[in-house]
Amino acid sequence: MDIFLTYLIVFLVGGVICMLGEVLIITTNITSARILVTFVLIGVFLEAVGVFDYISDFAKAGINVPIIGFGASLAKGAIGAVKTHGFLGIFTGGLTATAGGIAAAIGFAFLFALIFKSHTKK
Amino acid sequence: MDDKKRNETYNKYVMSKIPKTKPWPSLFNSFWVGGLICVLGQGINDIYMLVFPSLSEQTAWALTLITLIFIASFLTGIGVYDQIGKFAGGGSIVPITGFSNSIASPSIEFKSEGIIYGICVKMFTIAGPVIVFGVVSSIVVGLIYWIISLF
Amino acid sequence: MQKQHTFKLKNKPKIVGSYTIVGPKEGRGNFGEYFDYVMKNDCFGEDTFEKAERKMMETAVTGVIQKAKLQPKNIDIMIAGDLLNQIVSSSYAARAFQFSFLGVYGACSTMAESLAVGSVLVDSKYCKNVVCCTGSHFSTAERQFRFPLELGNQRPPTSQWTVTGAGACVLSLEGVGPRISMVTFGRVVDWGVKDVNNMGGAMAPAVRETLLSHFQNTKTTPEDYDLILTGDLGKLGSEILIDLMDDEGVTLGVNYGDCGQMYFKREQKTLCGASGAGCCATVFNSYIIRKMLEGQYKKVLFLPTGALLSSTSTQQGDSIPCVCHAIVIEMD
Repeated sequence: MDIFLTYLIVFLVGGVICMLGEVLIITTNITSARILVTFVLIGVFLEAVGVFDYISDFAKAGINVPIIGFGASLAKGAIGAVKTHGFLGIFTGGLTATAGGIAAAIGFAFLFALIFKSHTKK
Repeated sequence: MDDKKRNETYNKYVMSKIPKTKPWPSLFNSFWVGGLICVLGQGINDIYMLVFPSLSEQTAWALTLITLIFIASFLTGIGVYDQIGKFAGGGSIVPITGFSNSIASPSIEFKSEGIIYGICVKMFTIAGPVIVFGVVSSIVVGLIYWIISLF
Repeated sequence: MQKQHTFKLKNKPKIVGSYTIVGPKEGRGNFGEYFDYVMKNDCFGEDTFEKAERKMMETAVTGVIQKAKLQPKNIDIMIAGDLLNQIVSSSYAARAFQFSFLGVYGACSTMAESLAVGSVLVDSKYCKNVVCCTGSHFSTAERQFRFPLELGNQRPPTSQWTVTGAGACVLSLEGVGPRISMVTFGRVVDWGVKDVNNMGGAMAPAVRETLLSHFQNTKTTPEDYDLILTGDLGKLGSEILIDLMDDEGVTLGVNYGDCGQMYFKREQKTLCGASGAGCCATVFNSYIIRKMLEGQYKKVLFLPTGALLSSTSTQQGDSIPCVCHAIVIEMD
């Protein structure tokens, strides 16, 4: 497929998803924690009903970079682990699949918190 | 006078007085900034695939997300990410970088209370619910899937 | 309507000195030229914002004693307050001084509270010289009441900007300065507003209550004052107040103003304006006192307002109780 088209799709899909977040902010004055939770749950739902992979094949980073992708990995991990490990997979699947992201977020946050100081807003 | 009724009327009146901002500029900004962050992710992913052809697609994605998280934490540390956020709103909250920012920002902010009670305790003040909801819902999905697989 | 207490002070204590210190953003605002000291950055040479706020209040108290041409030994008591939990900034600032300390809390109305208590103490001649001081800091308030500074979020259109600054004044019977002639202590009013980003809307009913009983108790009308100045209702809140007073048949005309609304310039993007204990404290102790000494204003009605909430009460879904005290300042 034409690489330009791929990037255009990524841009458009990703942009629209982020814009939906902004629509939520404008209409309900929702805090950022709630937006993140909402989109994670959307991702879990999309994966659980089996739609996510189709969107992902089409939109690539457009759906995987938004936190929806994080939610989808959680659900995908849980489903996959149930397949291979049975009952135990219910508990190990989700976090195993997202371990990289969570550990990176914690690790880098810790590192940069040691290095930097908070800046006041202008 | 009925206090409850007065409060209701007053709250309605206050809501009607709230200045209506034009939504289009902020919607547009969130659109192109959010889109651009996704394009950046795709670019990083493609570069990883190109440089390390032996990587599986899944590993490359994981590395991409980790790279994005690194960039966002760094930008949070030097005090740039909040300015992007002020401009782009949902555009920089919804991507994984927003999640990273929500973990890094309280860590840096509460550094003044020490490493244990500051950085470590406050790290999840904002992102905590995201992880809790994510993990709980993945357990629910796993459970449903397990029950289905029994039959 | 319940009656609120108005004290008519017999001896009319004078404000014999005032001092203000603000952050750089405030220094670029509309009142920039009137402040005594503008900090180069919000840290003020300290390693945390809390320590900076402390130092700011300390500087304000030291500065005002000097400006009033007094010695610290002449001061009987210092009445101070701020926005932080357990008003630590004031208490820690008071640690540096030898005189007695009285901590007060009225959120953004703290300046009125300290002025009111101070003027009564001086008027009754229990105290000779009283220092009143109030301050707030954007970065400390933000992390106590809202979100970390680095979080990339947007502020709702009704939100206000906490002022980084401290203002102090000395009350005494001897010396030159505007006089405090009347004080009305306000009642806590809650009309059920729950939106923490809309302080103006929550506080306007408290001002209405205090204004109405003040006018009733003193038999005055808005026309009797050269300036009626509310604390930090902001743009939205002051519009609401004008409507509320209209409903009661009282017209707030051109002599009405709001510190929060006037504080910042439009291009500083503070949405509904300024807020915080330091907002009206720095305006009052710089601009208002200066203009009164210059003779532009003869009689000012000063009405700082405070939203008495905590992050716990907000999270539990409570509405916001508010208070407003009225102070009348006259220049002979």
